[in-house]
Amino acid sequence: MRAFFIAALGALSLGAAQPPLAGQERATATAKASAPIDITGYWVAFVTEDWRFRMITPRKGDYQPVPMTPEARKIADAWDPAADEAAGNQCKAYGAAAIMRLAARFHITWQDDNTLRVDSDAGMQTRLFHFNALLGTAPSSQGERTWQGYSSAQWDKPASLKVTTTNLRSGYLRKNGVPYSENAGVTEYFDVGPIPGGDGGQVLLVTAIVDDPKFLRQPFTTSSQFKKESDGSKWDPTPCNAK
Amino acid sequence: MGPNPVQRKMSCNIATIFGAALLCQLTGQSASAQMELTGSWTPRNHEVLTGDGLPVDFTGIPLSDEGRIRALSYSESQLEMVEHQCQGWPAFYLVQGPFGLKIWSETDPLKGNVISYTIGGWEDRAPLTIWMDGRPHPSQYALHTRSGFTTGTWEGDTLVTYTTHMKAGFLRKTGAPSSDEATTTMRFYRHGDILTILEIIEDPIYLAEPWILSRSFQQSTTPQPPIGPPCVTAYEGNVGPTAPHYLPEKNPFVDEMTKKYGVPRDAAIGKPETLYPEYRKKIPPVAPVR
Repeated sequence: MRAFFIAALGALSLGAAQPPLAGQERATATAKASAPIDITGYWVAFVTEDWRFRMITPRKGDYQPVPMTPEARKIADAWDPAADEAAGNQCKAYGAAAIMRLAARFHITWQDDNTLRVDSDAGMQTRLFHFNALLGTAPSSQGERTWQGYSSAQWDKPASLKVTTTNLRSGYLRKNGVPYSENAGVTEYFDVGPIPGGDGGQVLLVTAIVDDPKFLRQPFTTSSQFKKESDGSKWDPTPCNAK
Repeated sequence: MGPNPVQRKMSCNIATIFGAALLCQLTGQSASAQMELTGSWTPRNHEVLTGDGLPVDFTGIPLSDEGRIRALSYSESQLEMVEHQCQGWPAFYLVQGPFGLKIWSETDPLKGNVISYTIGGWEDRAPLTIWMDGRPHPSQYALHTRSGFTTGTWEGDTLVTYTTHMKAGFLRKTGAPSSDEATTTMRFYRHGDILTILEIIEDPIYLAEPWILSRSFQQSTTPQPPIGPPCVTAYEGNVGPTAPHYLPEKNPFVDEMTKKYGVPRDAAIGKPETLYPEYRKKIPPVAPVR
């Protein structure tokens, strides 16, 4: 029995020295090398939910079921797409808090070993996910605010990507002027899974939580589905459109 | 003189524990690779999934031609019929419906493993039991029920379930049908206090391609009810000698989505091509008026 104890403890201590499981980041590994899932490729939004809010520009006043504050409702009621275009703000509905909910295609690539790049064809936007913990840098909250803000990324156990975005320009959660403020924060989780049927299809699930105490009574939570495409033959870059 | 029975039992238990720990180390697996799903989860109803505001709103559903014909023949006045009042909805309604979830598990009292999870029901949705003990799905000729028969496995931290043997019902409460050959795969992703369920519904008869939905829930300390109030039928007037329905091309509500929201008819009646971004180019602009 004593010999068994010694052998078992030895094995456990050896186990503790083993490399971490997938998803546990090591300072020496790059984000790309330690990726527990592969989300690169072309993904198309499969618009099975909120069709009338995503495929068309909803009519003014059609805000359900966004948990808006009264202040947000006033702003939305004053939505003027022509004024937005005239002011060069036609991309307000293409910011990081809303872009993954658009009816669009996304091309995800590694910009470098520690930065994921997400391009959208609708609005022709680019998001960069910085793996700060691996880069040894702090998330940037300084600098010019942009539609896509600054995104910090980390692999979440055991097989998920977590992205936190701040430093945003104020924008719209919906194309009909439902606002979010520049102090909004966005937390997203990217998960992948197979589509049953045996043809090797994959689905990307993006759960997004927008936190904005100024314009939202509670965090606005959505989850969007994307189907993987074999190539970029349907990629259709289109500029932002406020209407 | 050998060890007494108590010592032998203790040695056995300790050996079992170390043996299990050793196995976990060697295989790279651990019990903690699974997520705790039990408890109460409140819905984050920030997406419109029920789609039951207007009689003909099949937006976002990739209906087959057969599915569309049946959907457009449906009249919600059927719910006045006593035999339909408590018909309920299929298992996949737990992602579409507006309610929260109460999840509990049954545990093997000797081995400690989870035999099953149960997701509580509501008035119009039966409880869903997810069998985790590796039992097979029954014969295709076995009884079909509202909640069907569901098995589950863990893929890392993700619970993956597969449901068969559901009774024919509805993909959406306004009449988009589901057949008794429909199946559902669900993936339960938990991130902190947020649980997101990805649902993939396949129906070889009424869907042109798998229908993929998802909904998020937040963990709650407020208990969710394990079951809803009982459904009680009542006489709601004479609906006539036939089941309420619409003949082909005669559904009077087919353009309601167009009138109210500017949604094209092809999208309102669930044509599969309307679920992809390129369809936007076929849509005329909607006047931004209240």
